[in-house]
Amino acid sequence: MSFPISLTVNGVKRNVELDDPRVTLLDLLRERLDLPGTKKGCDRGQCGACTVLVDGRRVNSCLALAVSHDGAEVLTIEGVARGNTLHPVQAAFIEHDGFQCGFCTPGQIMSALGLIAEGQAGSDPERVREAMSGNLCRCSAYAGIVEAVLDAQKKLDDSQQRSAA
Amino acid sequence: MKSFDYVRASTIAEAIAASAMPGAAYLASGTNLLDLMKTGAARPDRLIDITHLAGLDRVERLADGGLRIGALVRNAHLAHDAAFARAYPAVAEALLSGASAQLRNAATVGGNLLQKTRCAYFYDPFSACNRREPGSGCAALQGENRLHAVLGWSPSCIAVHPSDFCVPLVALDAVVEIEGKGGRREIALDALHRLPGDAPERETVLEPGDLVTALRLPAEAASFAGHTRYLKLRERTSYAFAVVSAAAALDIADGTIRQARLALGGVAAKPWRARAAEQSLAGARPGEAAFERAAEAALADARPSGDNAFKIELARRLVVRTLTLAAAGTPQRLPALPGSPFSSHPGAHA
Repeated sequence: MSFPISLTVNGVKRNVELDDPRVTLLDLLRERLDLPGTKKGCDRGQCGACTVLVDGRRVNSCLALAVSHDGAEVLTIEGVARGNTLHPVQAAFIEHDGFQCGFCTPGQIMSALGLIAEGQAGSDPERVREAMSGNLCRCSAYAGIVEAVLDAQKKLDDSQQRSAA
Repeated sequence: MKSFDYVRASTIAEAIAASAMPGAAYLASGTNLLDLMKTGAARPDRLIDITHLAGLDRVERLADGGLRIGALVRNAHLAHDAAFARAYPAVAEALLSGASAQLRNAATVGGNLLQKTRCAYFYDPFSACNRREPGSGCAALQGENRLHAVLGWSPSCIAVHPSDFCVPLVALDAVVEIEGKGGRREIALDALHRLPGDAPERETVLEPGDLVTALRLPAEAASFAGHTRYLKLRERTSYAFAVVSAAAALDIADGTIRQARLALGGVAAKPWRARAAEQSLAGARPGEAAFERAAEAALADARPSGDNAFKIELARRLVVRTLTLAAAGTPQRLPALPGSPFSSHPGAHA
């Protein structure tokens, strides 16, 4: 039995015939849609390496069945930059050394994008740390990650204010 | 993961009909169920996807002043609803003290109520577990059990219910709306989860096919908004289940507690309403003496189920701390670390 689903990934509509309902959103992205930027860490919702935005909200794609995401809009790390121009969050991770080995970084960046969109943390590093606690970094680049998120949020706020003025 | 049939329900009636088959399970966001299916602890034959059911993702104010929260409302959506957080701040704090931002964005209100214990032996299909496999025994009794139950446990099962959300909800007399083969009914949240007794596999009073459609808070629940907190002790400050947690809600007038609500989490197979403690607080002046009496009353029946005697004293002290912070006044803004007992926010004296 096959399960046809249709979802928008990084702005592109994708029609997929799933041959098995067990496929997670993570495996769909990595193994069937050629988007391996989203990482499989624990595959249990504990590490955050698989974080993507679904309908604008950050979620663990390893704990989501692809088949139940018919109609969803998904943003992965591959859809974040504009051509060769990095997104301000990506640029801030480089500027602040927000990583070492880089494995958790796509998830960290997607989680940071989600956090900034949620607008709950502001400029309080404690709130940023709390809000990023679903993303583990085995290299322990946490100090740089928090700085990167705060800096990216400030730059995005400033540019929003400029464009509103 | 074992293979399963997948059915997408488009109406509640269709979902209930599809669940008639043994081995069927409802799928909402799946943050708990998929995890259990990956380890083999859950092995449903058929998943009935309810995420496309219309109308279950709304928060509605009721004419009587109460609130109805659809079962498919996401935990984060509810916690960040400003009007909700103002009226039920301890519930918002409990929600935000649980899991991670990613999980709260996915996990639903109904799923939170029905999540399984985090007992490691329940998760491991090769361990004895009466809750997962009736009659197989309980590996936790002689195993790693420092986080297990101190109230309401039995020799057949010492697991705890892990929800934060349920703790203030049960204190506030939340009601669960259910649709099933016999039609619609409702029960108090306090009556939803069962203590293990000799049948720990029957975790709730739900019958096969029953679908939780909504959760309701009575109008009176908002009257505690000025003096309420949820505190959660855990082994790290974020993204961890409670060792013990407490929700306290006080109605204080003229320096006297008119009414108190108190519930504990992480101590039993259900969110634990501490009614004797509530009674001891009614009419008392808020302060250390009254709060210590309440803590004694709340834990009077507690006994260790293993290496967890420390949880009893920890819970007593947490009750005192939670009542103290609740009496001081609900903070204007949720603390940076929701549920932390170390929060320095003195609170607005409402």
